[in-house]
Amino acid sequence: MRKDHKKKFSLGSIPIYAVLIFATLFSLFPFYWMFVMATRPSEAYNSIPPALIPGTKLVENFQNVLDSIPFFQSMWNTVLLCTSVTLVVLLISSLAGFAFAKFHFPGKNVLFILILLTMVIPPQLGLIPQYYLVSKLGWLDTLFGAGILYLLNPLGIFLMRQYVSQSVPDELMEAAKLDGCSNFRIYRSIVLPIIKPAFATLGIIVFTLVWGEFLWQFTVLRSPESYTLQVALASLNNAYNVDFGMLLSGVFWATVPLIVIFLMFNKLFISSITEGSIK
Amino acid sequence: MELTRAKQETNTPKKKKLSEKKKDMVSGYLYIAPFFIVFAVIGLYPAIFSIVLAFQKWNGFGEMQFVGWQNFSLVLQDPLFWKSLYNTFIMGILGTAPQLLVGIVLAYFLNMAAIKFTNFFRVSIFMPYITSMVAVALVFGVFFSSNEAALANYVIGWFGIDPVNWKTSEWGAKIAISLMVFWRWVGYNTIIYLAGLQSIPKDLYEAATIDGANKVQQFFHITIPLLKPFILLTVFMSTVGAMQLFAEPTVFLGSSAFSRDEAMTVVMYLYRDAFSLNSFGTASATAVLLLIIIVIVASLNTWLTSGSKRKKGGVKNAKRS
Repeated sequence: MRKDHKKKFSLGSIPIYAVLIFATLFSLFPFYWMFVMATRPSEAYNSIPPALIPGTKLVENFQNVLDSIPFFQSMWNTVLLCTSVTLVVLLISSLAGFAFAKFHFPGKNVLFILILLTMVIPPQLGLIPQYYLVSKLGWLDTLFGAGILYLLNPLGIFLMRQYVSQSVPDELMEAAKLDGCSNFRIYRSIVLPIIKPAFATLGIIVFTLVWGEFLWQFTVLRSPESYTLQVALASLNNAYNVDFGMLLSGVFWATVPLIVIFLMFNKLFISSITEGSIK
Repeated sequence: MELTRAKQETNTPKKKKLSEKKKDMVSGYLYIAPFFIVFAVIGLYPAIFSIVLAFQKWNGFGEMQFVGWQNFSLVLQDPLFWKSLYNTFIMGILGTAPQLLVGIVLAYFLNMAAIKFTNFFRVSIFMPYITSMVAVALVFGVFFSSNEAALANYVIGWFGIDPVNWKTSEWGAKIAISLMVFWRWVGYNTIIYLAGLQSIPKDLYEAATIDGANKVQQFFHITIPLLKPFILLTVFMSTVGAMQLFAEPTVFLGSSAFSRDEAMTVVMYLYRDAFSLNSFGTASATAVLLLIIIVIVASLNTWLTSGSKRKKGGVKNAKRS
């Protein structure tokens, strides 16, 4: 009751609402404008006053995108890349996180500190040798080459160790051992089901990271068939005379799936940010 | 169950217990092995190789040739390196400092008890973060196109400012790129600060109100000091991120990205050396320099942030006595 009373509108909060509404418009306007431009012919761009209402070229602009880049192929490449990297990172991180949380072995603390230190090294430091390595393996211009770099994810181990040590009771493990469970069986049947929420958090972090990363994908992927969405979209901007309607149509359709997923799982997205950074 | 375990423990011979311990040890090493294999191949080896390469002359194909510190002196004598470092700093400051300040204010507002629809505001303000850097750079690239009728020019026209050639002018390019960095990250920081604010116990504010502290005093003497760990985290992360700026300027400038210098960053300079000029030695020297710069700037910023807050705490304590 009292809380409701508190939430009643008061005059003093008008400036605060004004700021929040301005911030919301500022955040959302580029999305709306991108949609408007994706529905208009390129010339609309030169009109004064500027076009702010959707036009009729939605399909035509997207058709132009399809003629310029293999859009669906790139989308598929990105989805494949993100999904497989995420699955492998979840496996690597949960195994190592489990080991760091529950087993005793010499050098454990030193190794864990080493992992934390690797979080500070900027990825660009190794760019050239990584490129050289991938080219020696013959993985240039392949999704293997694009994906291998993201498998190194120290944050994942950090999160998993934290989660396992908080939520998997030692008693449960001991009981399972007395029942004759092997360590791997414990991982599979006890640890995995318990740490599902941590999988969701880390999964979202890795998936969005790989989805949006540019430098490495841009370096490794050279031909349109192997392009991911980011590289394909960037290539749309390289022509001398860019068709803005087509360009933003490409960006729009590449962003729509993410927006839908985000709106469905926004709580999970937002908590993944706080959990991923605060722990 | 307690009972059966106790019984079993007494029954278990010592030898078996030891082997159980050994088993755990083996499992431990086995389970962390995948990570360390990955780390060795794509983390440690490239990092060491980079440092070695920084002292070699190499075009990626032929023989390497040891040249001592020559690569470093070549880079440090190149005006373009200093220009790119300058650009990186300017865009770093313009893009991140407002982001953190606005983030704190927005988070503070969203945390107020009297404000409704907070979830709607929160989701909307966070939404830019889910778009990719490339998408942001392309949308802003059209918004700030080098065209008199660009929407950005129309908007500044309201304030009586002449149209700007956003992609080719010294400040135009920097402002446009800083703005897109700001747009994408401000919601992210707001969310982190909001989590920080929610971790501050409410009774602290109640006690302060009883003591007669007004809202502004409460903000500076309770909110900011208790938010410090979160501020340090975001300052550290955005400093490191700002020093690594690459995608936004590269995509924003499109085909002219590596031929103009108004918005060239250190990572773009490095990229150009390696992949356009095939000069892997100097590119690696730049990478090593970048690492040193990041470590210095990040620790300096973190130190400054924690230092200024400490001073404020000191003032507060002095007042009290």
